[in-house]
Amino acid sequence: MSMLHFEHKYRVRGGTLVGGDLFDFWAGPFYVGFFGVTTIFFTLIGTALIIYGAAIGPTWNVWRISIAPPDLRYGLGFAPMRAGGLWQWITFCAIGAFVSWDLRMVEIARKLGMGLHAPFAFACAILAYVTLEVIRPLLMGAWGNAFPYGIISHLDWVSNVGYQYLQFHYNPAHMIAVTFFFTTTLILAMHGGVILSSLNPPPGEPVKPGAYEDSFFRDLIVYSIGPLGIHRLGWFCAINAGVWSAICIVLSGPFWTRGWPEWWSWWLNLPFWN
Amino acid sequence: MFDYRTTFGVEYQNLFNRTQIEGKLDKGAPLEWGMENRRGKPSTSFLFGLIGSQQVGPYYLGATGLASLICGLIAFEIIGLNLFASVGWDPVQFIRQLPWLGLQPPAPAWGLHIPPLAQGGWWLMAGFFLTTSILLWWVRVYRRARALGMGTHVAWAFASAIWLYLVDGFLRPLLMGSWSEGVPFGIFPHLDWTASLSIRYGNLYYDPFHMLSIVFLYGSTLLFAMHGGTILATSRYWAEREIEQATDPGTAAERGGIFWRWVMGFNATFESIHRWAVWFAILCTLTGGIGILLTGTVVDNWYLWGVKHGFAPEYPRVYAPITDPGLLRAAVQP
Repeated sequence: MSMLHFEHKYRVRGGTLVGGDLFDFWAGPFYVGFFGVTTIFFTLIGTALIIYGAAIGPTWNVWRISIAPPDLRYGLGFAPMRAGGLWQWITFCAIGAFVSWDLRMVEIARKLGMGLHAPFAFACAILAYVTLEVIRPLLMGAWGNAFPYGIISHLDWVSNVGYQYLQFHYNPAHMIAVTFFFTTTLILAMHGGVILSSLNPPPGEPVKPGAYEDSFFRDLIVYSIGPLGIHRLGWFCAINAGVWSAICIVLSGPFWTRGWPEWWSWWLNLPFWN
Repeated sequence: MFDYRTTFGVEYQNLFNRTQIEGKLDKGAPLEWGMENRRGKPSTSFLFGLIGSQQVGPYYLGATGLASLICGLIAFEIIGLNLFASVGWDPVQFIRQLPWLGLQPPAPAWGLHIPPLAQGGWWLMAGFFLTTSILLWWVRVYRRARALGMGTHVAWAFASAIWLYLVDGFLRPLLMGSWSEGVPFGIFPHLDWTASLSIRYGNLYYDPFHMLSIVFLYGSTLLFAMHGGTILATSRYWAEREIEQATDPGTAAERGGIFWRWVMGFNATFESIHRWAVWFAILCTLTGGIGILLTGTVVDNWYLWGVKHGFAPEYPRVYAPITDPGLLRAAVQP
């Protein structure tokens, strides 16, 4: 069922981290495994809590549904369900689901004899999420410093927190993160483009072998990082985009409370030019 | 016994090259025209060789590329010398204040007229040369692909980035009827422009095309993490030979595809993942350009626009109403 014609020979036992052979099976195209079960468990509960939160909230407008963290006065304690408790349990379930999904990727990679690059990259994305929702609120002493779950409301949070530091673009870690995001997108376009242009040459031209990737970029910009190197570079830049995002927000509040433009005064005040 | 080497496959991660290849360097694939313009003796770099190809060059330089570089250099010099002049030609203060220095567009009073050099004329001239440089470089990207008998996908992706650049610095100022709307040249000044634009037009986060652009920016990063990770993770099956894997799939393509199929029930192919990649990257700047072009021309306040269309909530008015400074423009004009 829903197997690719070559898939059968890859569906072998083994590679699990937890549970031995007990959960070592597939459901349709999906691999299950112990962490598939825990993913479903956390996802169902978390999603149900979100829907419940929407139901007791003021609107079903999907843009405006929002489940906010507890008020600051609750500090790091438990809040009543209707006053942020839902947010706390949804966060707990989200982390459970994300980590389960990541460990499930590890099991699948091990089963297929692959490296762990994809689950490692996802772990860095989880780190950014946990930094926003757990580490920074912990350092600042209240769950109320976390962002709310809602399409518009989380944008409002980003906007408001940004302006608390006057001009967030001056945050040096934010600069690095944005640079990594832009660079990743640029090199993704370059890499995707050169592969498509090799595979889809003009009418009458044969498909171009891999050496043409190098020739194209050497002709154009003197250097081609090569077919293997571009994937290292892309993976590295993508991961750094997430990690520096985490750094830029954990600095804001716990380690720097004034406007970010002011942070740069150390440069103007270096003894060298004073 | 728990053995982290086998559990996590530390031998298989392939993060660096263990060897530096020796032998004859690649002279490059034959060009359909202009072989005399392929220049430079190829050399090697040990550091580059640690993560990718260690070969540097040869490169192609013809009339278009040379013209592009010259125009780019002129733009760079105009901007640099203006910044230098703005600190009274003091080299120490130039370095000290460099991040804050900027070459600003003409004041609003000039509209779309051409002002004297010191009042924004230099900004216009730098923009002209930078734009010429970029457009010539686009021609170069297109022709380098054609000379190798390849498709022109990279050029069209580049065109999408140029679209956003032209919207920010040329098309939107044109529609607004004032060069003053353009982006200043400078490190902090262009960040200030970005923040000011957002505040002036009611917060760009409520601009749906800005939302889409961010989705494609994050989506591109996600895709490269997934794609790069998949290729590296299957690199011991020669996954990086993507053209070969796309035209004649081997076990690398099978494992890479099956991995995502088992994870999320769906997988791309060795060709289609690159279509996802190019479209996500193209749409990032394409939607971004639309979002900026509408700002101030069609939509004056994205927040109020969001309230009107029912996706942004109406927040209580905490402060007494103030007059939109944009409406006072007539009063402050000279």
